[in-house]
Amino acid sequence: MANVRPKVDAVIVGLGWCGSLMAEELTRAGLNVVAIERGPWVETATDFPPSVDTDELRWDTRRSLLLPPAIETTTFRNNRSQTALPTRDWSLNELGYNVGGSGTHWAGMAWRFLPFDFESYSYTLKRYGKQQLVDGLIVQDWGVTYEDLEPFYERFEKIAGVSGKAGVLNGQKIEGANIFEGNRKSEFPLPPLATTRLTDLFTEGSRTLGLHPFMVPAGQASQAYTNPLGVRMGPCTYCGYCLYYGCGNFSKSSPNACVVPALMQRSNFTVLTESAVLRANLAEDGKTATGVTYLDRNLQQWEQPADIVIFSAFQMQNVRLMLLSKIGKPYNPQTREGVVGRAYCFQTVSGANLFFEDEQLNQYIGAGALSAQVDDYNGDNFDHTGLGFIGGAGILVVARGARPIGNADAVPPGTPRWGSAWKKAYTHAFQNGTFIFGQGTSYSHVDSYLDLDPEYKDAHGDPLIRVTFDYNENDRRSAIFIENKSVEIGKAMGAKIVNGFDSAAVNYGPYLPASDHTIGGAVMGLDPHTSALNRYQQSWDVHNVFVLGASSFPNNAGYNPTSTIGALSLWTAKAILEQYLAKRGPLVEVPA
Amino acid sequence: MQRRDFLSSALALAAASTLPAARADVVSGGQPWEPGKASVPPLAAPRQGGLAFFTQAELDMAGALADRLIPADDLSIGGKEAGCAVFIDRQLAGDYGKGATLYRLGRFVKGTPEQGTQSPFTPAERWRKGLAAIDAYCGRAYSKPFVQLDASQQDDLLHAMENGTLDLGREVETKELFEQILANVREGFFADPLYGGNKNMASWKMIGFPGARYDFRDLIGKKGQKLQIIPTSLVDNTL
Repeated sequence: MANVRPKVDAVIVGLGWCGSLMAEELTRAGLNVVAIERGPWVETATDFPPSVDTDELRWDTRRSLLLPPAIETTTFRNNRSQTALPTRDWSLNELGYNVGGSGTHWAGMAWRFLPFDFESYSYTLKRYGKQQLVDGLIVQDWGVTYEDLEPFYERFEKIAGVSGKAGVLNGQKIEGANIFEGNRKSEFPLPPLATTRLTDLFTEGSRTLGLHPFMVPAGQASQAYTNPLGVRMGPCTYCGYCLYYGCGNFSKSSPNACVVPALMQRSNFTVLTESAVLRANLAEDGKTATGVTYLDRNLQQWEQPADIVIFSAFQMQNVRLMLLSKIGKPYNPQTREGVVGRAYCFQTVSGANLFFEDEQLNQYIGAGALSAQVDDYNGDNFDHTGLGFIGGAGILVVARGARPIGNADAVPPGTPRWGSAWKKAYTHAFQNGTFIFGQGTSYSHVDSYLDLDPEYKDAHGDPLIRVTFDYNENDRRSAIFIENKSVEIGKAMGAKIVNGFDSAAVNYGPYLPASDHTIGGAVMGLDPHTSALNRYQQSWDVHNVFVLGASSFPNNAGYNPTSTIGALSLWTAKAILEQYLAKRGPLVEVPA
Repeated sequence: MQRRDFLSSALALAAASTLPAARADVVSGGQPWEPGKASVPPLAAPRQGGLAFFTQAELDMAGALADRLIPADDLSIGGKEAGCAVFIDRQLAGDYGKGATLYRLGRFVKGTPEQGTQSPFTPAERWRKGLAAIDAYCGRAYSKPFVQLDASQQDDLLHAMENGTLDLGREVETKELFEQILANVREGFFADPLYGGNKNMASWKMIGFPGARYDFRDLIGKKGQKLQIIPTSLVDNTL
């Protein structure tokens, strides 16, 4: 039999942004909390000081902060007629594998979603009618609104030390910032990052088209900062070692820099590292969980009993834990019944590659979220009448720090990939080549889902998650629209060569570059027939299980997900502390 | 202590690791931290004066391939002189070459292009089989090994590999092999000299990349200007 650890008030599976924010709230309220993290302990001074961090091969090319496929991967197929096969090498599924999770290696784009993104169904019906939705598209309201989340976004931004400028502040639109954003009750805690030649070109070019460019809210501290937990951050030095890297300056927002230092001072908090949770265990009636079973680094099996179980692993891992724990009804694509694995989707990416004649973009200087964007074609910020799709994309340029290995194929089309001609073209393109990135909304489809693979297993013998996914007609139409807009902006920026690209023009594949923002599969909502979780991210079926992360999103916004998963985690923490502890049961009554 | 001394002593201590770097399992009551410890990259130490994975003939062939993919010209030294083959030799002896991060369980079944590689071979195995297959082909077609072909013959062969038109036998997927050779040669040219390639930061000087610099607050305002930053690396710190 398994070894049993002392029972705690709450066990947290995965110590990334969601897990650490939840742990901070629960331990501050006095609960005893154990977090179980699959990866090792890491911290700034040892693991990514400036003398260790500045290593493209190790951190970016070899992905040394990510979960290796050898430990756990997914299988993939485009549709049900195919046999799914394992994704054996690094892919666009970039799961974290350390204390801090994906929040250690992320780029730092710290967005709020638009009010529309939480209520796409209601908004679309009201403005266009149901015929705007393509056949089979899954569009449903989240059960939580932007207004509900606003205070939690604010709290997240203050903890993370986000740098930006409000575009809509207490009802006032502010020119030069994002006038399309949801109303904010307060300014960002830090001013925006510095601008670069690239962001200036984008800003000037898009303004000539009548668009509204602004600097992206950044999880890099533009100045020295102390957050509400008393943790200090240093100013960003624009080194450009951000996405895939830790931060040696305590500048990039991360659980490690912003939350864990405060958490580790609390005597009622413990983290078990290098320990892989296999499943939650259910009580005999199946209505509550009794804790979790995990393997420690010596492959010894343990039980951690707990009154509350929080799944806060990566999106796909949360869905896998639900399926392996038999919590909620798995989705069946034939009957279209069941909810766990349903409403899986990704992100629709298109844009344009640009090559200037004689620029000095100096793109090695930058930061993960040092970007300029327009939101004129995001969400429902423009009239979709007659376009045949909903949603859109944030369109941006990314001064996140060009690196020599990673950029080696960023040369004008038709250039050889090796030899003296390539060397010459690459040397020119390193200063003159860049791209416009349309990071799009995405809505799931009845044919896209996650389930357990019938054949392939992880190293412990548990089935891998099987991804059945391809872009749907809504994705394809919006991607073409955004590609065309990106080409217009690229020309307005004065680029000599402007080449559109469209990820959704071909089949989806996990090795094809797009974003890494996979979402859904255990979504929140108002109806237990179409959602695995209620509006507090609480399982409809097992009331002491809460699931945090992008797995809760019924649809993806044209943004990066992190601030929204952070805000939702804080929203759920408040519900646990103020409602659930007093009356343990479903926080939302199951509708009759 | 100079950074160079620190790194070389730290490297000497770092064994050829595997994942993950285990340092803690039950953590509470503060943040574990030990002074003087740094997480240095796991490097396979070459035998004194020798090679870590390749035979001498394989090393020569990898150098010849690197010299065609990245030829010496007025922009830079060639791939061989830059140390690309030495870099690859060390990479193949370590976790990368062993495929330590690859999912290698279950049946290996050829799938759709979107499903990506389903090869049972590690990068080290693919190089070894691949180099042997290329040389066997050269023996049949030219009656000499690859390294003795002239530059245009070598280029023709690489083009045929890149286009997938060269049949290298049942065990070698030519296009996958080409992509791996190209990727590893580029890595050797552009990675930090710490790993054995990019001699004197030749590639960084070529494209104007400043290397292991960590603070541009004084330069970010110089928009659109040629900055002419002298690069620095994790081992050749000339600052």
